[in-house]
Amino acid sequence: MNHPDDIQPPRWAQEFLRWYCRPDLLEDLEGDLHEYFLRNLASKGKRRAQFIYLIDVIKFLRLYTIRKPQPAASMNNLIVLRNYFKTSVRTIYRNKLFSGINIVGLAIAMSVGLLLVAFLAELKSYDTFHANYDRIYRVTNTLQNASHEASEFASTSVLTGKKMQEEVASGIESMTLIRAYFDKDVKAGEKTIPMNGIWADTGFFKVFTWDLLAGDPTTALQELNSLVLTEKSAVNLFGSPDVVGKQVLIDTVNYTITAVMKDPPTNSHLRFDMIGSFITLDTKKLSDKDKDWMKWDNMWVNYVYLVVAPGHNAASLEASLARISNEGNKTLEHDAISLHLQPLGEVVLGPDLSNQIGPNLSIRIVWILGGLALIVIVSACFNYTNLSIARALRRTREVGIRKVVGASRQNVFTQFLLESVMISLMSLVFAYLLFLLIRPGFISMDRLFNDLVFLRPTPSIIGYFFLMALAVGLLAGLLPALFFSNIQTAQVLKDLSGIKLFKHLTLRKSLIIFQYTLSILLIVGVSLGTRQYQYALAFDLGLTTKNIINVELQGNQPGIVMHAMSQLPEVKQLSRSMYVPSTGTSWSGNIRYKDPADSALVFYNYVDSAYLRVHDIPLLAGRTFIPGPTGNIKEAGIIINQKALGWMGIKDPREAIGEEIFLDGEKLTIIGVVRNFHHSTVHNPIGNFILRYYGELPGRWGGVLNLKVESKDLPALMANLETIWKRIDAVHPLKADFFEEKIRKAYDELAGMMKIIGFLAFLAISIASLGLLGMVVFTTETRLKEISIRKVMGASEGNLVVLMSRGFLILLVIAALVAIPSAYYVFDQLIFSRMAFRAPIGLMDLFGGTLIVMGIAVIAIASQTLRVARVNPATTLRNE
Amino acid sequence: MKGTNLGEFEELILLTIAALLNDAYSVAICDEMERHTGRSVKLGMVHSVLNRLEEKGLVKSKLGEATKVRGGKRKRFYVLTIPGKAALVRSKDMRDQLWQRIPDFALKKA
Repeated sequence: MNHPDDIQPPRWAQEFLRWYCRPDLLEDLEGDLHEYFLRNLASKGKRRAQFIYLIDVIKFLRLYTIRKPQPAASMNNLIVLRNYFKTSVRTIYRNKLFSGINIVGLAIAMSVGLLLVAFLAELKSYDTFHANYDRIYRVTNTLQNASHEASEFASTSVLTGKKMQEEVASGIESMTLIRAYFDKDVKAGEKTIPMNGIWADTGFFKVFTWDLLAGDPTTALQELNSLVLTEKSAVNLFGSPDVVGKQVLIDTVNYTITAVMKDPPTNSHLRFDMIGSFITLDTKKLSDKDKDWMKWDNMWVNYVYLVVAPGHNAASLEASLARISNEGNKTLEHDAISLHLQPLGEVVLGPDLSNQIGPNLSIRIVWILGGLALIVIVSACFNYTNLSIARALRRTREVGIRKVVGASRQNVFTQFLLESVMISLMSLVFAYLLFLLIRPGFISMDRLFNDLVFLRPTPSIIGYFFLMALAVGLLAGLLPALFFSNIQTAQVLKDLSGIKLFKHLTLRKSLIIFQYTLSILLIVGVSLGTRQYQYALAFDLGLTTKNIINVELQGNQPGIVMHAMSQLPEVKQLSRSMYVPSTGTSWSGNIRYKDPADSALVFYNYVDSAYLRVHDIPLLAGRTFIPGPTGNIKEAGIIINQKALGWMGIKDPREAIGEEIFLDGEKLTIIGVVRNFHHSTVHNPIGNFILRYYGELPGRWGGVLNLKVESKDLPALMANLETIWKRIDAVHPLKADFFEEKIRKAYDELAGMMKIIGFLAFLAISIASLGLLGMVVFTTETRLKEISIRKVMGASEGNLVVLMSRGFLILLVIAALVAIPSAYYVFDQLIFSRMAFRAPIGLMDLFGGTLIVMGIAVIAIASQTLRVARVNPATTLRNE
Repeated sequence: MKGTNLGEFEELILLTIAALLNDAYSVAICDEMERHTGRSVKLGMVHSVLNRLEEKGLVKSKLGEATKVRGGKRKRFYVLTIPGKAALVRSKDMRDQLWQRIPDFALKKA
């Protein structure tokens, strides 16, 4: 049975009363209600008494009982805030080591956050300069094959654009059809400049907002052979932007310049030097009777942008789009194409579509980067939390006094939040400096970033930085603020040892384990990735890459360039191919042998007769191509690799000579078999491969020259090549690379990824080490007395160091035990699993990184424990 | 004029306070009134009237000693002020004068 005195009125009803009631009325009112409560308790029972109490509390909520807002309080608040500020500054100043650890840790983590914020803000700012930004959509295509997964394209067909112009009347304010790759050499007088352009129709200036310097936007792209130049290209060609009405020569056609516009802003995803009127191309293709031009599935390089009329939305257009695609799909046998609308805001930072026009970043990458950055930031915030609570002993007395003097829980809460926000704002200053420092590195990490962003701090981005600092401050300070505001005054002032400081010990230990696990994972990742990178570069590809310079012909007649270059004494041998293999580029087709139903994927390259010799690819049987202008590529035959031989089911290479196979339906005779070589990057397996003869037909001028050189003075050789090239082609700059350099570039992505992970690993290790250092300092300081007594009793310095370090070392070992197997699993099974050839994961890779991390941690622990172990016990115990 | 004339409930409360002498706090006032009038008197009503009377300056209050019964909360004891007493006396005089003017037979049971 409960004693009547123990039964209290409902607690929260009391709290409510206390909250709303004027303080001068509160006490006796509370007493009155309590008295009635006791009476009711005796006569009506507990439940009913409590209910009546609650009703009464609500009934007393009247005008005259309610607390009035006090204008004097805000003035008071200001003074209190100033006091908090002062105390915070003093605390920060007094504990230089802890403040330093916190500020540096938060700064490091926040610099990554700043990068990400600036990065996202810049991506989000793309194309916002268009007046109709919110209403512009792009028509995208989804191609559904019978056998494959659906693939999504940013591009669409010319047919779609035309149908939409004709059939969809309502809902579209304006639209434009764009075709990419109007990349031509433009000739004005004596000057020829290669330019990148696009074709666009008259809607281009209605949908988008471009600044015109001269010309009429409504008619600029209306006529045949009209050309709009950007300011930069006009100045390049003519030396002045005032060129409307002048003519330029492209291929064999004269174009009239109808307008000059300002260069597209850097945050435009459409980038071009010139715009040709779409009608020019359209008329030509139609008069040439190009049968592909108006096909429904010819959807690779055309783009349709439209402005949705006010009062309509994208959804209302979907029906019209579905009608167009249904009609179009009737012309296809196996595939189906559906049309969709994509808002302009998702073009740059959005889904991963194929055939983009302009730069694009998959939102998935942003999520990954964001996730990693968040982990780093949260980890640093936890360090702050951890250290603040760990050092609570020193602050509890201050909090106790504050509470006695009259501070409420909210006051203490605000004070500690303010302190952490101040620290995070200080960190922001350092983070900003760090941000400036790592920015160039980040931008150059990936070619895509280089293309996309500058990461210049604009006022709005600076605003975001402050918001982030604020958020970090609040996040880091939340737990300490809660902790301190809940401190019981009497307990603190009476007996400090009674506080349960170590309540969160497990949490703190797991935090250290988590941070170290993450650090080890990342560093092992870097070491494995770097190993793979070096492995890929040093890989024996089965063909010689040493001393070979690849020169892109860029449309020049191969015979002339070959002749000129072979005059150089350093050039020993010379061959020609369609593309440079082993760098990720490849052409593919289908082969069939005897069984017409059995076809396989094959990769092929066009090469000349010297190719095998220049690259030291050994023939297993047969011969190479017969040199000279045969004129007929088909009759020259083909050379296959061992893998293709195996696919044909032939064991002896000699048996294959003279056999006939079909490449994309073309019947070809095998004249030779070569040993397998890696025609793609080492991340892909060797496939069936065919070498075809590169005849000297006029239509086959493209490709690459492979020069085998022998030279002691490479810069001079390059200079000589440059002079020769200049004589032949004055327009295009020489594009010549060493084969090995090109291979290295093929693995740039891997190298870029390693740089990013490496950087994050560095951050994670720094933050983990700072956190650990802080914890060690704290623990050793609080145990100073114990250590001194032990020392007096005869413990040696070694004993003491072991005693104090043991706990931390155990945590580190646990972290390593978790991290190493998971690192092995993650990289072996998940990340490198799709690579065909990969460096074996060695013990060195797994343990090397771990040892470095452990080494740093041990140094942090040892430095502090040794310091404390060496303290003269007399100095600590003297004052007891 | 408001403030000079007493309402019926106000007058009853003032009388009760006077009757209870030094023991007049809200709960006691409620109990006493219930006993004498025989009708149920709500604390909320009494509380707000007491508050109004204090604003008018007819009563004054001070907090007493803490007791265990009320959860440790002190009672607020009310006493009449001079204007409070004057108001009661004035009210009684007014009634007395009216009573005297009524002839005896007028109220005799018919």
